[in-house]
Amino acid sequence: MAASTPVAGRTSIPGRGPLVIRRRHRSPGGRRSATLTVLTSLMLVYTLLPLVWLAINATKTQEGLLGSSGLWFAHDFALFGNIATTFTYKDGIFVRWLLNTLLYVVAGAGGATLLATLGGYGLAKFDFPGKKAVFAVVIGAVAVPGTALAVPTFLMFANLGLTDTPWAIIIPSLVSPFGLYLMWTFAADAVPKEILESARVDGSGEFRTFFRISLPLLAPGLVTVLLFNVVATWNNYFLPLIMLKDPDWYPLTVGLKEWNQQALTAGGEAVFNLVITGSLLTIIPLIAAFLLLQRYWQSGLAAGSVKE
Amino acid sequence: MVSAGHTNGVWAAGRRSWTGWRFVGPFMAVFALVFLAPIAYSIYLSLFRTRLIGGTAFVGADNYLKVLQDPRFWSAFGRVALFLVVQVPIMLFLALLIALAIDSGRLYGAAFFRISVFLPYAVPAVVATLMWGFMYGTRFGLIGNIDEAFGISLPDPLSPDLVLASIGNIVTWEYVGYNMLILYSALRVVNPSLYEAAAIDGAGQLRIIWAIKLPALRGALLIATIFSIIGSFQLFNEPSILKTIAPNSVTTYFTPNYYAYSLSFAGQQYNYSATVAIVMGVITMIVAYLVQLRGMRKAA
Repeated sequence: MAASTPVAGRTSIPGRGPLVIRRRHRSPGGRRSATLTVLTSLMLVYTLLPLVWLAINATKTQEGLLGSSGLWFAHDFALFGNIATTFTYKDGIFVRWLLNTLLYVVAGAGGATLLATLGGYGLAKFDFPGKKAVFAVVIGAVAVPGTALAVPTFLMFANLGLTDTPWAIIIPSLVSPFGLYLMWTFAADAVPKEILESARVDGSGEFRTFFRISLPLLAPGLVTVLLFNVVATWNNYFLPLIMLKDPDWYPLTVGLKEWNQQALTAGGEAVFNLVITGSLLTIIPLIAAFLLLQRYWQSGLAAGSVKE
Repeated sequence: MVSAGHTNGVWAAGRRSWTGWRFVGPFMAVFALVFLAPIAYSIYLSLFRTRLIGGTAFVGADNYLKVLQDPRFWSAFGRVALFLVVQVPIMLFLALLIALAIDSGRLYGAAFFRISVFLPYAVPAVVATLMWGFMYGTRFGLIGNIDEAFGISLPDPLSPDLVLASIGNIVTWEYVGYNMLILYSALRVVNPSLYEAAAIDGAGQLRIIWAIKLPALRGALLIATIFSIIGSFQLFNEPSILKTIAPNSVTTYFTPNYYAYSLSFAGQQYNYSATVAIVMGVITMIVAYLVQLRGMRKAA
C-alpha cells in the first residue's frame, strides 16, 4: 500500500522505535462530557449485547431456551450441566476439536509469526538481490482475495494427498503477508543499525545477532503479529471446511457449525444449548488473550499505522 | 531478479549480499507454495473444461466468456456490490465517530470503550453468525421476544428480502471495532502541538476535527476502505453459516465466493469454479487499485 499518512512530527528514538508514539497526549478542552459518554455508550450496547445474550443463554437447557426470554435467565441455571454435556457429547468430540484447534494455532500461528519475523527483519535490515521483487509480489498478493485461492489450493493438496490431514490447515496458515509487512515496518525502527554493525565488528554471525540482540527488541511487534495470527487460525473456517471431511480433524469453528446443522437433518437431534455453550467456550480464550495483552497489540498496531 | 543498481542500500557498499535471503527465504518458500502456485494453477485450470464424454480439453477463453454471460455470477456480484456501497460506508462512519469520540479525551472510561468496541473482532465469524442468527430467530431469539412483549409482528430478518441486510449487521458488528482501532491509531500520532496551536487560534472541537484530524486520517481511511472492499467481495462465511439457520434465504450463488464454492464442492466443476474465482479476484484488484488511486489524488 503506497498510501501516505501525513504524520506530523513522527519522532523515533533509536532503540525505542515506534513505541514512542505511545506517549500520552490529550486533545484540547480536556473536560469530560457526560453527553458524549452516554451517546458513545449506545455503541457499547450494540457491541456487548450479543456477548451478554450468549453468556445468559449458555445457562439454559434446550427447553429453557425455547421457553424463556432471550435477555433473562430461565428457571433452572444449567450452565455447568451444559459445559459438562458439551465436553462429553458424542464421546467428547468437542475436546478433540479443542485440541485440534490448539494444534493448528500453535503450529500455524507460531510458525507464521516466526517466518514473518525472520522475513520482516531480513527485508528491513539487509539489502539483497531480488528485494524489490519480493516487495512487489508480497504486496500484490495481499490484494488477492484469499478465498479465491481456496479451490486451487484444495486441488493441489488433494493431488499431494494432504487433504484430511492437519497439514492441509497448518501449511496455508504459515503465511501471513500482513504479519510480514508489520514486522518489516516495526524492525526498521526498533533495531538500530549501529548495534548490528558493532555486533558484526565483534564477529558475531547474523543469526546469532538476530537471536541474541534483535529478537528482544522486536518483542512488542512480535506479540502483536502473534496475537493476530492466533486470532486468524483460531477463527479459521473456510479452509478447514473445504480441506477436511473427517470430523476427527475439525477445529472448533467447523464442529460448532456441524452441531448447529444437525437440527436441520432428518432425525437429527437439535442441540442448540450445546451450540451456544460451545460458542461461549470457544471465544473465552481469545477474549482473555486480548484483554491480557492489550498493552502490546495496541502499540504494535499503532506502529503499523505509522508507516501506512 | 531486480537489480537495485549501485546504491549503498541499507549497509555500506559491499554489504549487499545474499545474506538477507537466509532470513526472507523460508517465508518466500511457503509463500510460493500457498500463494503463487495456486494462482498459477487456477489460471491453468480456467483454460480447460472437463466433459463427461471426451475428457478434459483446452478451451482457451471460453470459460471466461461463459462467466461474463452467467446470470448467476452477476446476481452474486450485484449482491456484494450492493453490500459494499451500503455496509462499508455505514461501518466506517460508525468507526470514525467512535475513534473521534475516544480520541477527544472527553469520554469517561475511554480505555473501556476502546477495548469493548474492539472485542467482537476476537469472535470467530462462525460464533458471531450463530449468535446473531439465533437472536434474529423468531423462536428463542430477541425478535420473538419483542413480538411477544409488544404484541406486534416484526418482519423476519432471515427472510430472503432482509437476509442481506442482516448479514450486513453481523459484518458491521464484527469489524467496526477493528476499523475504529486503525483510525484511532492514526489519530494518536497527530502532533499535540497542532491542537495547542489551534486552541490558541480559538478553534473549536468541530473545527479541529475538520481541519486537523480528518486530514490526518486520510491514509488510514484509505487502508480501511481497501480492506473492506476486499472483505465485501470475498463474503462467504456469514451467508454460508446462516444457511444452516435459514436454508431457504441463502442461495448457492448468494455471493461470488459462495458460487465458486458450490461449483467446486457440490458440482465438481473445478475449471469453471476456478474461472469465477479469477474473475472476482481481478475485479477486486481493479476496484481496490482505483480507490487507492483516487484516494492518493485527493491527498495530493
